[in-house]
Amino acid sequence: MNKIGIIIKREYLRRVSKKSFLILTLLMPFLVAALIFVPFWLSRIKSGEVRNIVVIDTTERYAPLFQDTESYRFIGSDKSLEEYRNSSDKEAFAILSITGDLLENQNAAVMYSGKQIPGDLSRLVNQTLRQQLESEKLATFNIPNLKEIIADSKVNFSIQTIKWSEDGSENASSSAIASIIGMSSTLIIYMFIIMYGSMVMQGVLEEKTNRIVELMVSSVRPFDLMMGKIVALGFVGLTQLFLWGIMITCLLFAGMFFMSGGVDPSIIQQGMAMPAAVPAEMEGISQIYQVLDTINFAELGVFFVIYFIGGYLLYASVFAAIGSSVSQQEDTQQFMTPIILFIVFALYAGIYSLENPDGPLAFWCSLIPFTSPIVMMVRLPFEVALWEKLLSIVLLYVTAFGITWVSAKIYRVGILMYGKKPDMKELIKWVKYK
Amino acid sequence: MDFLETENVVKQFSGHRALNNVSIHVPEGKIFGLLGPNGAGKTTLIRIINRIMAPDSGVVRFGGRDSCPGDIYRIGYMPEERGLYKKMKVGEQALYLARLKGLSYTEAKKRLTSWFEKFEIMSWWNRKLEELSKGMQQKVQFIITVVHNPELLIFDEPFSGFDPINADLLKHEIMELKETGKTIIFSTHNMASVEEICDEIALINKSELVLSGEVREIRERFKTNTFRLSVSSRGEGADIVPDRFSVLSENSRQGVTELHIRREKGISNSALLAELAKSYEILSFVEELPSMNEVFINTVSGTNPSQV
Repeated sequence: MNKIGIIIKREYLRRVSKKSFLILTLLMPFLVAALIFVPFWLSRIKSGEVRNIVVIDTTERYAPLFQDTESYRFIGSDKSLEEYRNSSDKEAFAILSITGDLLENQNAAVMYSGKQIPGDLSRLVNQTLRQQLESEKLATFNIPNLKEIIADSKVNFSIQTIKWSEDGSENASSSAIASIIGMSSTLIIYMFIIMYGSMVMQGVLEEKTNRIVELMVSSVRPFDLMMGKIVALGFVGLTQLFLWGIMITCLLFAGMFFMSGGVDPSIIQQGMAMPAAVPAEMEGISQIYQVLDTINFAELGVFFVIYFIGGYLLYASVFAAIGSSVSQQEDTQQFMTPIILFIVFALYAGIYSLENPDGPLAFWCSLIPFTSPIVMMVRLPFEVALWEKLLSIVLLYVTAFGITWVSAKIYRVGILMYGKKPDMKELIKWVKYK
Repeated sequence: MDFLETENVVKQFSGHRALNNVSIHVPEGKIFGLLGPNGAGKTTLIRIINRIMAPDSGVVRFGGRDSCPGDIYRIGYMPEERGLYKKMKVGEQALYLARLKGLSYTEAKKRLTSWFEKFEIMSWWNRKLEELSKGMQQKVQFIITVVHNPELLIFDEPFSGFDPINADLLKHEIMELKETGKTIIFSTHNMASVEEICDEIALINKSELVLSGEVREIRERFKTNTFRLSVSSRGEGADIVPDRFSVLSENSRQGVTELHIRREKGISNSALLAELAKSYEILSFVEELPSMNEVFINTVSGTNPSQV
């Protein structure tokens, strides 16, 4: 086995066999799911206690409308508002006071409470009163069957978007689904460049501060040492992605199985009671499948890997050069900041490109090598001209190899330099050393 | 035949010239001392020999032909900046580094096992490096330097950081390597060890080669014609002839007089001895050769030996 192979193998095995790698790889999908769902779930938790809402309705027209819910119990009362205000009895959480015909004067209804009134309570009250007021108002028009007419005139509309492909055939397209796919691949590339890029830097710095690097370069070329590390970490990244891919697929299948197997019988009964609803839902699902069908996942996967490797190579070699030219962790910041800014800029360019995947920002940023791996992934699901893809890839790889070459030059000198951190002028001189 | 030579090696860094036309000749099977104060350019020269850096001009030759990438397998290098992977297991680490020096897995394993047994550290094979004492780590470092059985060994400041016991062990190992015919380059500013183990030296100061040759010959060259003699009594007869030598100091104790004298130019040692014998009953007569330390300080601080 040649030396770069030995280095790749060791670096790869060292990282993959680390406990932190295994734990992170196994937990990350759950962690992401948790990050998304836990706040959502927490916000839905009810406090459990049932709060009493006193309704003082002088008109006596509205009080019976309020239905008790899980959280609120509505109690009619004929005491005055002042009595409640002055009483020490805190039985009532809030007092709803209605003092007149609301159709004439909306300000006749007021809700009082010693505490902040939760949004769901005001929504509940609003909704109840609005429904009543709407039907009262409709009744004033004196048109028979007006309710039915209005219900009938409500139309749900969502436009069908069809993209003509080159050969003239029609494809149902959905920008929403394409956006989700594009954005998630962009985020993954963004995350991996930063995560694995800094791991490359840490590794280089570790060898330097351990003072093993001089021993290493007396047996291998500095270029092999640098590339070995970059390639090995790239493989670690791909391994992690691959494992996540498998895990997510399994989770999805498990989820689907759970959904289809564990359906609540009452829902089925409801479904049978309303046969019209079922085909509509089925139609929606089949539409999603139809749209998913138009996205070429194999092609997308290939491009993802191409851009992933290109972008990673480009940035990782810059990170390696940074790691080599400083002597301690704290000094990396100065060099890291501009690089991170570049990557973050690329991410934002990607997010804005989502709005208009064929616009000038998206176009240029998907050609510029420093942003293309991140921005192009947003555009790819929307179909991009072949020449653009090829040009962008060629530019990316030419630049990546160029940057790697320059980084290797800096690396070669930097790893043997201790002490003062170099400035830009010095780095340029290093590149020129024989 | 010289095992290794450098010819007019020049290396320029931003701001200063690290090496200026340095030519050294390292004979096969000898211990060659590369001396010089800190920052003189020793480490740069060693790195050029190791092909870690390329010279701006000049050549490095192995056995008369220009050095090629494969030559690094013939070198075992222990850098001054020593270190290993702290978190890696000792045996695994040694195997990895040995394989990078071109050994196959099985060969590396075999040789490492015998070295580890020799140094009695086999039980540490599966321990992480950071768990080892400094002395242990140095043993591992030495093993890694020699495991691929290189013809040329380069030790840069080998004794710095070694405790006396390990330093002694290292010295012993170096002498043993010499006996098996290895060529050794030894960079140091510990002059006592130079006198003890080096056959030849090259002294680099301020990027230039200022002195080179055999240790014995150099000390000879730097001698100041001073002698120490002890005499039991003042001899009878002739008086001391002051134009043959001058007495630098005289110190009598219990009937024995210690004299420190300088011979004047133009007379041989025998003539001087004959002269002295006329005046004294001589107990001992020793010519003072300068220590390498004196040679080093004289040369580096710019005193010209011919004027002494």
